[in-house]
Amino acid sequence: MNLLQEPEEKKQSLAVQAIAFVGRIAVALAIPLISFYVLYRGFLFLRDSEAPRGFVALIAILWGVGGVGILYWVFNNLVEQLSDTWRTRLLPFVFVGPAVAIMSWYLAIPTLRTFWISLFDRDGPEKGLSMLQLLSSESFVGLSNYAAVFTEQLMLEAFRNNLMWIAFGSTLSVAFGLIIAVLADRSKFEKAAKSLIFLPMAISFVGASVIWNFIYEYRPVGQPQIGLLNAIVTSFGKAPQAWAQWVAISPWNNLFLIVIVIWLQAGFAMVLFSAALKGIPEELLEAGRIDGATEIQIFFRIMIPYIQGTLISVWTTVVIFTLKIFDVVWVMTGGQFGTHVIATQFYRQSFTNRNSGFGSAIAIILLIAVIPVMFYNLKQFREQDAF
Amino acid sequence: MASQKNKKTTNNLVVNGVLLLIVIIWTIPTLGIFVSSFRNRDDIATTAWWKILPHRAWQTVEEINLKELGLNPDETMTIEGVSGTFDEFRKGVETPDGKRVTWIGNKSLGRIEIQEENWTVMWDFSLDNYRQVLGGQDFKFTRPDGTVEIVPGDNMVGAFLNSLTVAIPATVIPILIAAFAAYAFAWMKFPGRRSFFIMVVALLVVPLQIALVPILRDYKALELNGTFLAIWLAHTGFGLPLATYLLFNYISSLPRDILESAFIDGASHFTVFTRLIIPLSLPALASFAIFQFLWVWNDYLVALIFLGGNPEFELVTQRMAAIVGSRGSEWHLLTAGAFVSMLLPLAVFFGLQRYFVRGLLAGSVKG
Repeated sequence: MNLLQEPEEKKQSLAVQAIAFVGRIAVALAIPLISFYVLYRGFLFLRDSEAPRGFVALIAILWGVGGVGILYWVFNNLVEQLSDTWRTRLLPFVFVGPAVAIMSWYLAIPTLRTFWISLFDRDGPEKGLSMLQLLSSESFVGLSNYAAVFTEQLMLEAFRNNLMWIAFGSTLSVAFGLIIAVLADRSKFEKAAKSLIFLPMAISFVGASVIWNFIYEYRPVGQPQIGLLNAIVTSFGKAPQAWAQWVAISPWNNLFLIVIVIWLQAGFAMVLFSAALKGIPEELLEAGRIDGATEIQIFFRIMIPYIQGTLISVWTTVVIFTLKIFDVVWVMTGGQFGTHVIATQFYRQSFTNRNSGFGSAIAIILLIAVIPVMFYNLKQFREQDAF
Repeated sequence: MASQKNKKTTNNLVVNGVLLLIVIIWTIPTLGIFVSSFRNRDDIATTAWWKILPHRAWQTVEEINLKELGLNPDETMTIEGVSGTFDEFRKGVETPDGKRVTWIGNKSLGRIEIQEENWTVMWDFSLDNYRQVLGGQDFKFTRPDGTVEIVPGDNMVGAFLNSLTVAIPATVIPILIAAFAAYAFAWMKFPGRRSFFIMVVALLVVPLQIALVPILRDYKALELNGTFLAIWLAHTGFGLPLATYLLFNYISSLPRDILESAFIDGASHFTVFTRLIIPLSLPALASFAIFQFLWVWNDYLVALIFLGGNPEFELVTQRMAAIVGSRGSEWHLLTAGAFVSMLLPLAVFFGLQRYFVRGLLAGSVKG
């Protein structure tokens, strides 16, 4: 007998099924709701207290982490008191419910809510009206936010820049990652090299922006250049530039921002490729070499096809990442000098201009852009047949 | 055979050489910030950081008082055997024996320096920049000419504490919730199991931008905006799909017979989970923890939106972005601040790199 396969719930009366359904939802929602309430009360208390900052921080950490843990324990004990049948029915929802409830609140339901908001003008749907009233109210604008998204000058610029980000940023991150992985695989100082290339992964985008701003630092002609790039350029007798803000070469000034993300992302690609390359059987490479293949042929004919799966998943991850790029642009240029991207436009419209309809339409465009990847993932998942 | 050996050596040289070059290019940006953060405020602003390497620079060997020479700055003057106008001397006139004569200051109150080009290094390091960015109080800065300037500190210590307060619960809470869920997905049977898991997989790539406007509305209604609770919950929500997915992959691959024998011994799901699954899954928990910690610590967008209005709760990334915005050319602050903000992630990274890499390999999509 397999104990893990709980007995199928056979023909039950409708009433039992209904009670089970309600009970499951209640259990699933209770933990997040109660923890939310307890945390919330605690916060009001802490906020009003005059305790030193470090102490408040410590209490907040203990409160937050401990509170959630205890709730699971309490609810499990409650359900354990029930009869066997009811325990089997309810216990899984004590375990899985909070996660599903929180994910629904924070990600699943917002997709619908954002779409709904995107159909209204800048203040979004009014509160206290029924859906029919809303649809006939003046603030309902249908798809005209989407029409605006695809015609507004700054949005078109953002789409163009995002295409550049994807074309150069993700491709070069993957290319550098692959080259470094192949080189490191044959090198004597593999570990040290990989660590150093990988290190920027730990640095925030804001930190990376500071680091690269320093490289791009501009001083007028005649003054000593303290930025590395301008120092190199002036030593060749060329004029110094404020690289990322160099409007004259727009849109190519975006490349100076893209470089930052390549610097950050190549290490990520490298780690995954490195692991995939180590999985190639040595005999395969040896056979190729005996047959007289050059190293370049081995790279393109054996290695690349062998790690194709990793190549696709790394590339899609990096593409999704560059699609949502925000921090670097926001900190480096704030979207000026022709560097806006979709995510900075989203932020500007939603939170600076407070045009929630327009902002939500941009968010929906971002969502639509990742849907092919979502379907690919789901297809992979179905093929795995883990369920 | 010899030629083949030669070829192999050249190959090795090329491989190592190219790799070394890439590593150097990758490291220099961080190195520049690191070195600069210890340099004096004036040094950073006027000279490049690589001047800490030996280089040739003009150094004053002799100072001449103007009055002793009795020169008229409005005419062509002859000093130390070279002649030139005031403007030429301001830029410096080189003598035939390789020295340089430079007029420092204005016409009436200036002095003349005889300079020589020598090999030198600029090794004047201090921790002053760190003191200034870390502290919340005013910072006294003494200029080379003796005047004292008072500048406000940047209170990075406060921001650092705030970041810790955000990052630790925002790492632990989603892991706890995800571990329970992953266990249920892996070892329990319940209606909706498959559809819930499909939801998890689908949400893996959903951009979090989609949630910001509605969640902000909820927070406003609940008066949660600008509190730590708001941002913990947000990071929990955004991190849960990946956490659940990764932990499910790990927990479902644990050997079945260990669990079955525990159940036969009469253990409940809760006991099995806490006594067996959690200890066995520590490597997976650790790798996701590192992932989520770095993600939360380095996050800027979520903090900007849910904590944005409250300067008291500013996180390290917000603090840094604020310094970039308001004092973007004060490199002594920016370099030190950037390094403070990187300190903990780098420590985590170097200390737990093995787990971090393992987490990356297990799955690497994040919405």
